[in-house]
Amino acid sequence: MNASAPSLQQLAKGLWYENPGLVQLLGLCPLLAVTTSLVNGFGLGVATLFVLTLSNLLVSMLRGLIRPVIRVPLYVLVIASLVTCAELLLKAWLPGLDRSLGIFVPLIVTNCAIVARAEVFASRNPPLSSMVDGIGMGVGFAIVLCIIGAFRELLGSGTLLGRLDLLGIDGWSGLQLFDGGFLLLLLPPGAFFSLALLIAGKNALDNRRNHAIRAAKGQQEDHFE
Amino acid sequence: MTAKSANRNAAALLALVATLCAAIVAVTYQLTADRITANQRQYLAESLKPALAGIEYDNDLSNSVQAISAPGELPGRGEATLYLATYSGTPAAWLFVVEALDGYSGPIRLLIGIAPHGGITAVRVLEHRETPGLGDGIDIARSRWIEQFSGRSLTNPDPPGWNIRRDGGEFDQFTGASVTPRAVVRAVSQTLAFFAAHRETLPQPGDSQKEQP
Repeated sequence: MNASAPSLQQLAKGLWYENPGLVQLLGLCPLLAVTTSLVNGFGLGVATLFVLTLSNLLVSMLRGLIRPVIRVPLYVLVIASLVTCAELLLKAWLPGLDRSLGIFVPLIVTNCAIVARAEVFASRNPPLSSMVDGIGMGVGFAIVLCIIGAFRELLGSGTLLGRLDLLGIDGWSGLQLFDGGFLLLLLPPGAFFSLALLIAGKNALDNRRNHAIRAAKGQQEDHFE
Repeated sequence: MTAKSANRNAAALLALVATLCAAIVAVTYQLTADRITANQRQYLAESLKPALAGIEYDNDLSNSVQAISAPGELPGRGEATLYLATYSGTPAAWLFVVEALDGYSGPIRLLIGIAPHGGITAVRVLEHRETPGLGDGIDIARSRWIEQFSGRSLTNPDPPGWNIRRDGGEFDQFTGASVTPRAVVRAVSQTLAFFAAHRETLPQPGDSQKEQP
């Protein structure tokens, strides 16, 4: 595969094979902390996607100039500026969501998934494929945030898509499925349980597929004997 | 290229990127500053609104605000933010934003509205980190518990009544959580006592204009 040309394969890397939340296990602090509801998870996911895509683009554009000694301060500079922009934009257009996410918006700076992509990918690849990589990783991370957020909201407070008003959508206050949920899911241990279940589920799927592939190969070999 | 000039180049590049990043942030700031200020003003008005239900006022609350400090008299660290709502030049309500520090986890920020005759207009919890499902009943989004303060005053109930039931007072606690409601009841009664003791020296209509040079 030509590594420099953006491709579907590259997107799939972030969405599944090297998913930051499920495989690389990076950026777990915000992932565990904000996912008490689907709207919160979605909000932080989109903010992270925004920062990750643009930081990959900028770092990739600067990659010809980067000297090893200054590369880390440079990444931090780029990422911190983009996070500040994301925070200002949130405060201006979605102030409710910004208040709900609180300190975890500025803390996107410390999300190691972002600096890892700058170092591992963007500093070695052209802008376009770096952006694609950022989108893949960002969307992969956002999906994990959404799934855990939905799961915890559903079982923890018995609602789904509550507080849609935080996203600027009025008129529908989400599904109210039952009153008072399983409180544990909203507390920090619930975040760990949910993530563990999700990782286990992904690994189970992968194992089954590998098994199937191996079995198919085995059968072929049998056939040729 | 010597090591020295390589370092110099690296420093120059870092400075260049720093300038670029600062420019990006500056542009974003310019684009968003007005909206952010407007949002903050609207949020303030929204959050103070419950304590002004049924009260007529005609001044801009964001211009009629003062930080007051009275350690030992006001709840928590003895600090409060005080908003004065006026109607055609006479006081309509004083709104105290205070912090109770004796909750179960973290400070509880309370908004307490007091009418000129000393009665409470309403109390609301602005911010808290009490345990979900146990102490968070103080939040109007969870239960109507906080509404029982409306219309109360320092003499309604009498001082011994300004406690949760468990301590012999008139206010309900929650099952499994008495620390949180106790902190709220205490903070509200302290603020009422402060208001009664300092009613005359609190900001009056027209004060805020005088203070500005």
